[in-house]
Amino acid sequence: MGRKLLLEKAHVEGIRHYDVYRREGGYRSVEKALKMQPADIVEEVKKSGLRGRGGAGFPTGMKWSFLAKPEGVPRYLVCNADESEPGTFKDRYLMEFIPHILIEGMIVASYALGSNTSYIYIRGEYDWVSEILEQAIAEAKQNGWLGKNIQGSGFDCEMYVQRGAGAYICGEETALLESLEGKRGNPRIKPPFPAVKGLWGCPTVVNNVETLAAVVPIINEGGDEYAKIGVGRSTGTKLISACGNINKPGIYEIDMTISVEEFIYSDEYCGGIPNGKKLKACIPGGSSVPILPANLLLTTAKGEKRLMNYESLSDGGFATGSMMGSGGFIVLDEDQCIVRHTYTLARFYRHESCGQCSPCREGTGWMEKILLSLEKGKGKMSDIDLLWDIQRKIEGNTICPLGDAAAWPVAAAIRHFRDEFEWHVNNPEKCLTENYGLRHYADPIHVPTN
Amino acid sequence: MIQFNDKTMLRVNEIIARYPNGKQKSALLPVLHLAQVEFGGWLDVPVMDYVASLLSIEPIEVYEVASFYSMYNLKPVGKHLFEVCQTGPCMLNGSDDIIDYIKQKLNIGVGETTTDGMFTLKTVECLGACGYAPMMQYGKTYREHLTKEKVDAIIEECRAKAN
Repeated sequence: MGRKLLLEKAHVEGIRHYDVYRREGGYRSVEKALKMQPADIVEEVKKSGLRGRGGAGFPTGMKWSFLAKPEGVPRYLVCNADESEPGTFKDRYLMEFIPHILIEGMIVASYALGSNTSYIYIRGEYDWVSEILEQAIAEAKQNGWLGKNIQGSGFDCEMYVQRGAGAYICGEETALLESLEGKRGNPRIKPPFPAVKGLWGCPTVVNNVETLAAVVPIINEGGDEYAKIGVGRSTGTKLISACGNINKPGIYEIDMTISVEEFIYSDEYCGGIPNGKKLKACIPGGSSVPILPANLLLTTAKGEKRLMNYESLSDGGFATGSMMGSGGFIVLDEDQCIVRHTYTLARFYRHESCGQCSPCREGTGWMEKILLSLEKGKGKMSDIDLLWDIQRKIEGNTICPLGDAAAWPVAAAIRHFRDEFEWHVNNPEKCLTENYGLRHYADPIHVPTN
Repeated sequence: MIQFNDKTMLRVNEIIARYPNGKQKSALLPVLHLAQVEFGGWLDVPVMDYVASLLSIEPIEVYEVASFYSMYNLKPVGKHLFEVCQTGPCMLNGSDDIIDYIKQKLNIGVGETTTDGMFTLKTVECLGACGYAPMMQYGKTYREHLTKEKVDAIIEECRAKAN
């Protein structure tokens, strides 16, 4: 069993509340950090190799070091808790069950960045989670970890929770800042980056929930120790939210050295696929990353076992690989229809496009319509090429990455499952009642025993 | 006249105090949530105008925000709002069947309200509960691992509340 850093205490009764959390060693990292120089904290985070856990995987220490520090201008830390990427539900778990670990990490980060006010922007639908966070913030404040002059350090630290109102796009950091300013969630043109001009035009760091929570073990154990866990540039532990057709959906903390095969089939993790079905495909890092057929998921094109980490999951580029993304792991069994599944994702992105950029606003709608007609047996062979053409024209042609996020799932579905799309065109009646099944991309390793 | 009750007004002022002076527009999303709860589950134009006056911003600044975010209802909804997720991971676990079942059981289509004004059914995109699919939002919380039996129980629960 791998090391647990974030979820180690998840099952301690009452860990949601301050007294238990503190008794179990909580807030030690703040005590340690307040005796350090802010710049040394940033250095520790750099050494840890921590990469942003929201999806992009950008090195956190480096992001912190970009923060502009003009004289007399406030700086802000904003926690991105707008978890909305289909397949991703890990941040909710952390906030719902161990809210203090996020608050602790945010206090350390605030001190390191010189931010006296921070905001947790949480998706509006997590209404009850925002109440849990507010309660935890009140507890931390009562115990002197938030407010003026925390723990007698001379450092002031306020923290507030702000609920969104239903918009995937607000997970994009500049859209999030717009939303926090009380506007529509339209992403901003970059540069300037938030590190220079963020919230209300002030220097701002936006970090994911899991990223900020990971600051706690990094400070407690030291950046070098943290970096020893994992492999290559995938250091530390990662939360994976596993869902779809598996026996044990849920949140798993992995150390990024295990194989994808072990993750799916081991009883310690997903526990295999229900009803003895075979693996057909998987989206390993949230709906935006490329879907892979079973064979390419388990083994890279070089014939190596694929591992659950940043490098291995992206091995082969988009031709034969995918991405770690947000860690939203979606498994599809042999009974699932790739066309229908891709259609639901295209519908999602059409619904969530903010409408600023024409390629995304129009293209996502076209893709949804074409996929629906293919799904309903009303598609033409030329529609498949048209889909390919549209997604290529969205990718890279928009202000924010939502365009890419909408294009990639469609591209990967056609790249790896084109025969299934063609089968829908050639069997307009049959595709309404039957599924294409596995064909050549079946899981080559696992034939269920029961 | 549209006006928040005293308790909500305190909350509004508490929210505005979270931001620097002059940045009270930042309170718009949280205040719209409060308004929707207090004024009948949706945001009528006079309600939005009231929020604009509270935050000293133009009404259009409220309309453009209210129409952008999916949680704000710009039309009346039933007393009980069911928002069923239909995105990929939920679809893999049978959300289509759950949606069909609710439609049939309440005799309404998606986006419609029962004639007695009790129930509204909406489909929504990913609510971040993919491991507990199929699911829906009802009130403040989620109802997860939905089955037809669970849907029956939730509907009964709503009807019991009405009596």
